Amino acid sequence: MKVKELLFAPVFSNNPIALQILGICSALAVTSKLSVTLVMCIALTSVTAFSNLFVSLVRNHAPGNIRIIVQMTIIASLVIVVDEVLKAYAYEISKQLSVFVGLIITNCIVMGRAEAFAMKNPPLASFFDGVGNGLGYSAILIALAVIRELFGSGTLLGYQILPLATEGGWYTPNGLLLMPPSAFFLIGLFIWGIRAWKKDQIEEPDYKMAPNTKPQAKEA
Amino acid sequence: MEAYLSLFVRSIFIDNIALAFFLGMCTFLAISKKIGAAFGLGIAVVVVQVITVPVNNLLYTYVLADGALAWAGLPDVDLSFLGLITYIGVIAALVQILEMILDKYVPALYNALGVFLPLITVNCAILGGSLLMVQRDYDFGESVVFGAGSGVGWALAITALAGIREKMKYSDVPEGLRGLGITFITVGLMSLGFMSFGGIDL
Repeated sequence: MKVKELLFAPVFSNNPIALQILGICSALAVTSKLSVTLVMCIALTSVTAFSNLFVSLVRNHAPGNIRIIVQMTIIASLVIVVDEVLKAYAYEISKQLSVFVGLIITNCIVMGRAEAFAMKNPPLASFFDGVGNGLGYSAILIALAVIRELFGSGTLLGYQILPLATEGGWYTPNGLLLMPPSAFFLIGLFIWGIRAWKKDQIEEPDYKMAPNTKPQAKEA
Repeated sequence: MEAYLSLFVRSIFIDNIALAFFLGMCTFLAISKKIGAAFGLGIAVVVVQVITVPVNNLLYTYVLADGALAWAGLPDVDLSFLGLITYIGVIAALVQILEMILDKYVPALYNALGVFLPLITVNCAILGGSLLMVQRDYDFGESVVFGAGSGVGWALAITALAGIREKMKYSDVPEGLRGLGITFITVGLMSLGFMSFGGIDL
């Protein structure tokens, strides 16, 4: 039960992207193609899970004032491993991901979960929390990538789904979806969707419009 | 000289590091509620970026790149796999040093930047700047210009967003879009605006 909760709570009710505002940079940059997105999701989920595991293992031995450096070293080493593996086995995709694999180091999800969860919990629970948050991140990213690739270029994972008008089909691709701004709009709409469903995530407004209490001037 | 100028303008407007490459988004969205704070953070990013990108450039050219250790008699050593951990170490160390120097000699600026300086270590705009510099093979001069340009571009973007958000807090936004949602849409519109700079040929 506990494992189930750790794994699935971050997907909808406490989503790292939509609610905790963590790890947004890569969410926007790598979602114009589904294949690239899938690789990024796997990379991030494994880094989060294992960094949580290792940080949790050393949590009682690392002195408090150098814990950030310890976490950074663990995370950076894991990212180097992922980067080298990608370069060896998926060179084309690692070229397309360019700097974003390296940027997993500063992805706030990894650091945030290490600091907020792994420092206080036993290794196995931390590991599942890492996997869960990775899945929450992946859920949003994959949804974004499916929309952007399907409607932006009519393909999914490179296979033609919607026949393009230029090749005798009926679908005219929406080029804007492949551009950076569309990613912002889509995430904004996603957040709207999630909050329409889970009302408790709605933020309080900074200012409320007060009722008009001024006595109305009589018309002459 | 002209090449440097065009790189500078390009890295501020056309390849804006926040709106075209989505770097430093977390802080970009979290600390853009007030213009003052956003501006302070922007200045801090410019300062750190101008220092770290050239330093990482020197490190890459003389220590990490393939065959870079030839001056030490080790022409066959390729340390480029250590790049990531080196850059983040350099950034963390420089931010720490900068914090101590500012605290001792320029306390006014130190107080103004406050909590933002340590936050910058985990700002992906900084690490991203260094990684993009390595990927695009900038030389030392170009890396100084690129560091300054990308920092200024980021500062410009966050200050502009903070200006919009300060006005927007009085508007009546649909419930589910309040806060984070409408901010994303705003940033999308800004990014669309910055895309129009892409038509400029330098």
